Amino acid sequence: MSTTGALTIAVPRGALMKGTLDRLDAIGIDTREVRTNDRKLLFADIGVVTMRPSDVPTYVEAGAADVGITGKDVLTEQPEREIYELLDLDYGMCRMILATVDGPDPSAEALRRLGVMRVATKYYKTAAAYFERTGRQAEIVEVKGSVELAPLTGLVEAIVDLTATGTTLAENNLVIREELFASTARLIANPVAHKLKAAAIDEMLEKLRAL
Amino acid sequence: MRPQIHPIPSGTRDVLPDEMRELRDITEAIRAVFELDGYGEVWTPALEYEEVLGRGGGAPPAYRVFDDHGEVLALRTDMTVPIARLVATRYQSAEPPLKFCYFAHAYRGVRPHRGQMREFLQAGIELVGAPAPHGTAEALSVACHALDAVGLRDYRIGLGDASLYPTLLRSLGIAQQAGKALMDALVARDFVALQHELGKLGLGDADTELLLRVPQVRGGPEVLADAEGPVAGAVAGLRGVYDRLAPEVAQRVIFDLGLIRKMGYYTGAVFDVYDPALGAPLGGGGRYDDLLGRFGRPLPAVGFALTIDRLHIALTGEEKAAALAREPAVDAFGGVQS
Repeated sequence: MSTTGALTIAVPRGALMKGTLDRLDAIGIDTREVRTNDRKLLFADIGVVTMRPSDVPTYVEAGAADVGITGKDVLTEQPEREIYELLDLDYGMCRMILATVDGPDPSAEALRRLGVMRVATKYYKTAAAYFERTGRQAEIVEVKGSVELAPLTGLVEAIVDLTATGTTLAENNLVIREELFASTARLIANPVAHKLKAAAIDEMLEKLRAL
Repeated sequence: MRPQIHPIPSGTRDVLPDEMRELRDITEAIRAVFELDGYGEVWTPALEYEEVLGRGGGAPPAYRVFDDHGEVLALRTDMTVPIARLVATRYQSAEPPLKFCYFAHAYRGVRPHRGQMREFLQAGIELVGAPAPHGTAEALSVACHALDAVGLRDYRIGLGDASLYPTLLRSLGIAQQAGKALMDALVARDFVALQHELGKLGLGDADTELLLRVPQVRGGPEVLADAEGPVAGAVAGLRGVYDRLAPEVAQRVIFDLGLIRKMGYYTGAVFDVYDPALGAPLGGGGRYDDLLGRFGRPLPAVGFALTIDRLHIALTGEEKAAALAREPAVDAFGGVQS
């Protein structure tokens, strides 16, 4: 955490970046330099640091950033983080879903006949918690690349993944069977910054809420 | 020859002489303060019967073993519960107030990260038989004296009340189960979930607004000014504590009406210690007026613990920040500004 009065803001790269910068502009933080400079990561003048969305909770928890913006999907996958979740920013809408190949549900058959369904995902904790909560035995297979490939090759019967439009699923002949939750961008804060920089954080919160 | 690697358990670590000297400076400075303020140092066993720890209601133990009689033993998760046991058994008829301090390791099943090991050294006090508000004020003062002695300059103390939100829920007639969902959201520090859960209750706009706003109130004594209705009692209690603080202690206090500490035994005022040089609290404490009663010696009590590793990190962080401030050309990111 910087000891100056201004906030350090962790901004996610990728799908949430444009929406995030638009809102920062709207509350009076000039993000032109961030938009035009793709390689630079740290913009000290406006207190912005950019990173992968899944790294935002890491930086905010440690106090390396005072506040940050990331998806609810990331926060759900990292439930042990000691951070404040302050505001649902209502953009970056997507859904965490369970999908299988089209036709008869192969995961239901696997559960019935083999007692366990195999599920590929990048969201290990999210998926494990979901199957525990819904009383099903699942073998979770963690993959790093395209999850859609796993059920097509017979590696698994189902996938748990994030989808915005469902286009990639449809192109791979996959259908959505269940929705785990809807995800949007969230404003999070470091617990110490939330107390020591209360005025600055509340001001940012009010401005974002008013958009 | 290839070096042999003998691992140690996750979340534990070795301390070598250079670091140890610095840690000793910290603990000796704190020990002198506790001694001066009349707190006698105690040791208790690191292993206790699991049943004894469970009776206290602290953090659940992470490490358990069977002894040779088949009894379940557990490594303590804090010193508050062992000292409550000690007071109830070894000081059955002693005249309160009783003042103890400790420098001891505690053990929790946390995810290890900076300043958070599974085995960690705490320095703290327990002040038994001194009710609110003066007992609380004394504990806060001792905490500040200790932090001053360590050499920290920029620390602050967040002060709240564990009974505030439950009282608010009861006074608005919110059912136990719905109340638990709200408390869970607060404990998870998730105001989005809190708003969502409140939306399900079908309360009036004013009540919903109150339940959402109160836990986000934090700042100087001015934030207590407009507290009325069901929160008035807890707020009057906090003001009672504040009015008893010496100016140099009072100036460290930030009121925080949403402050929740995870241990289940807190009944009244609770506090956390913050420093801008570390992203997590350095320690904290509060009132546990029911805990001694669970061990058969009902006495009001208050205490706090500071995590030595975190004090050390904050101290080095403050030193770095001070060095940076002496060179105004370098900004907080370490980059040179034009």
